[in-house]
Amino acid sequence: MRKDLVTAIVAVAALTVLLGVAYPLLTTGVGQVLFSDQANGSQVERDGRVVGSSLIGQDFRRPAADPATGRPQVDEEGEPVLEPDPRYFQPRPSQTGYAADASAFSNLGPNGTDTRAAIAANVEAYLALEGRYDGSLGADDVPVDAATQSGSGIDPQISERNARIQARRIAAVRHLPLERVRQLVSDHTAGRQLGVLGEPGVNVLELNLALDQTDRSTSRR
Amino acid sequence: MAGWLQAILLLALVVALTPLLGGYMARALQGERVVLTPVVGPLERLLLRILRVGRRGEQGWEAPGQDWKAYARSVLLFSLISWVVLYLILRTQGVHPWNPTDLGSAPWDVTFNTTSSFVANTNWQYYAGETTMSYFSQMAGLAVQNFLSAAVGVAVVVAVIRGIAHRRSSTSESDAEGIGLGNFWVDLVRVVVYVLLPIAFLAALVLISQGVLQTLGGPVTVQTLLGGEQTLARGPVASQEAIKMLGTNGGGFFNVNSAHPFENPTGVSNLVGMLLVLGIPAALTATYGRMVGNRRQGWALFGVMITMFAALVVVITLAEQHGSAAQHAAGLRAAAIDGSAGGNMEGKELRFGAFGSALFDTVTTVTSTGAVNSAFESLTPLGSLVPMIGLGTGEVIFGGVGSGLYGMLVFVILAVFVGGLMVGRTPELLGKKIEAREIRLAMLGALYMPFAVLVTTALAVGTEHGKTSLYNGGPQGFSESFYAYLSQGNNNGSAFAGYTGFVQPNGTNDGAFGITFADLLGGGSMLFVRFFPMVLMLAIAGSLARKRGVGGGVVTPGTLRTDSPTFALLLTAVIVIVGALTFFPAFLLGPVAQALTDHLF
Repeated sequence: MRKDLVTAIVAVAALTVLLGVAYPLLTTGVGQVLFSDQANGSQVERDGRVVGSSLIGQDFRRPAADPATGRPQVDEEGEPVLEPDPRYFQPRPSQTGYAADASAFSNLGPNGTDTRAAIAANVEAYLALEGRYDGSLGADDVPVDAATQSGSGIDPQISERNARIQARRIAAVRHLPLERVRQLVSDHTAGRQLGVLGEPGVNVLELNLALDQTDRSTSRR
Repeated sequence: MAGWLQAILLLALVVALTPLLGGYMARALQGERVVLTPVVGPLERLLLRILRVGRRGEQGWEAPGQDWKAYARSVLLFSLISWVVLYLILRTQGVHPWNPTDLGSAPWDVTFNTTSSFVANTNWQYYAGETTMSYFSQMAGLAVQNFLSAAVGVAVVVAVIRGIAHRRSSTSESDAEGIGLGNFWVDLVRVVVYVLLPIAFLAALVLISQGVLQTLGGPVTVQTLLGGEQTLARGPVASQEAIKMLGTNGGGFFNVNSAHPFENPTGVSNLVGMLLVLGIPAALTATYGRMVGNRRQGWALFGVMITMFAALVVVITLAEQHGSAAQHAAGLRAAAIDGSAGGNMEGKELRFGAFGSALFDTVTTVTSTGAVNSAFESLTPLGSLVPMIGLGTGEVIFGGVGSGLYGMLVFVILAVFVGGLMVGRTPELLGKKIEAREIRLAMLGALYMPFAVLVTTALAVGTEHGKTSLYNGGPQGFSESFYAYLSQGNNNGSAFAGYTGFVQPNGTNDGAFGITFADLLGGGSMLFVRFFPMVLMLAIAGSLARKRGVGGGVVTPGTLRTDSPTFALLLTAVIVIVGALTFFPAFLLGPVAQALTDHLF
């Protein structure tokens, strides 16, 4: 019994050193050498400055201005009211405000009235934003990813259909040919890996970066 | 279509991997020379020398054998020390290195729950990884137990198989000296260095290549495209993720677990994760077949497991494709249209879709993993029934590493008993008579889990204490409570995450407090359902090891063969009937009630 106890103590100590220190440090070392980019968070740069991670969705909303006064709107708690910036493709709705340091599920149940309210509000907001540029757009056309909150709150992707609908708005607001924007969308649509894994999707941050790039080169010309 | 192909690809890979890994484990764990011996052999000997267990002999490492009581004692002592060390690490978090966000410790009650959870291979998490745990706690505390609790599970099942397979050669072995089931310390070390560590290391590198983080640099704050700020939580994720899946642990580095893009970034990482989860539990059936000298025995168990698994995948996938009642009420279509895969996407990530989420969630709940890549709370009612069935059958459809197979062997003994009664013969397993002692122990093995789950659920829903933890109301609230104690009572760890036992008003451990009732009830349950059946199975193994084979194990026409399709069917029926009789009322009150109505609560 006593010998067993000593063995147990020694075992936990030795294995903690091996598995809790040596193993993660070795993995970090090898990972940093082989896949430095991915190991550090797949960071995306523009003009030499890091603007985010290609794996992490970010916020493309801006402070809303009061139409009467032109001042930034605030809600009852004094927080600024945000509205989607129409110049950019919008990611999926987020329950965490796109926080990448505190992820959380929405935990909305399948038969909840609060779930219905949240989804209905998302559908309405989507139609309000996109409907101006496509009069025929109805609730039935809203892609499911555009009106539901993702698992992580920082889903980097939207569906291709969602992006194609938003392309009308982008083209109109930025005065770009719709075909050009649609081309960007299909260029940034990632298919299924190995043809069967996961679902196809469009990376919003990368698409918006390419969009800005296109815009700059067009206006320069 | 691609979604179904993805499931078929996964199953094909598991079938192909099972004999390979199973044979490898059988040889490595018996001390035979295997392909990795030149690489990890020195590490194995070094560890055994440090532990002062046995010595190097002519036939390889020689260590004293342990009878079932000695083996069980070593298991329990090792787990006890693991518990104490992990608790101390988590409670002294403030003074550790690798704590870039200066996190203090979580309160004692949550830490009790977390510690029990990780030592018991459960990884139920009331805490949120990125706002509660330092890198050191994750690496040297939690991830170490991801390895060790898994290794303990495999060690125990190997000892149990040795007991079943043991053939008494002659009368020279007396009952008094006890018959060896192997040596726990040697098994522990071998599982770690031959199986878990090499696979985890390679898998971690594959995961990093897909975009999983592996850095000790703290969080970075970036200026977004629109000029706002976004702080990216980071950490040594891949090394932990690999063993989290491989050891069927499931505890996420981040709060949303495998839904987080830094933890599970692509379709490939999703598939690799599922393969890691199923790999060892599936392969252990082949290890079993080899060690008892009849590979068909292993394939029969594998067949039962994979059939039930496939059925569950079909149910949850169809349910999630159909969408939720709330979604239909809000006018959001669920059908797939060109450029949008559709389904119930609340709480799901686009890169996995309804298919990839449903498949992953089934994989991690039939095994005792409990990792999730979507929000279980937001699953459709019938979809959420599938994880509940995986849990309700006692985690034997592949199940946890080690625990899945020894749990299955309990059902095998019961099925042999039922079959024996049907044909009017003394039940036997691999030529050994199953008698009153084994049946009594096996009945306890079938009852301890329902007992733990139903009692804890009843306490949670029947008293005021349980209500503090609830998030949703109505039948969903019941499902939340039931799932919490079903998951903890099966060492799974997945959750309807609205149910809480830890409140962080400031988003960190400062000023955070635990819900003591939920923390202690769940923690106690996890420890009980982990260690009680281990001792039970070792006792059965000890008792079987002492038995002489009937007629030298010769199969006669009247023998109830345990490697035939008929027996597989009987075994499936026993599992389904026991599980269904136990949990039907609870299933009806939660998910089934919601599935039968479009009413919103």
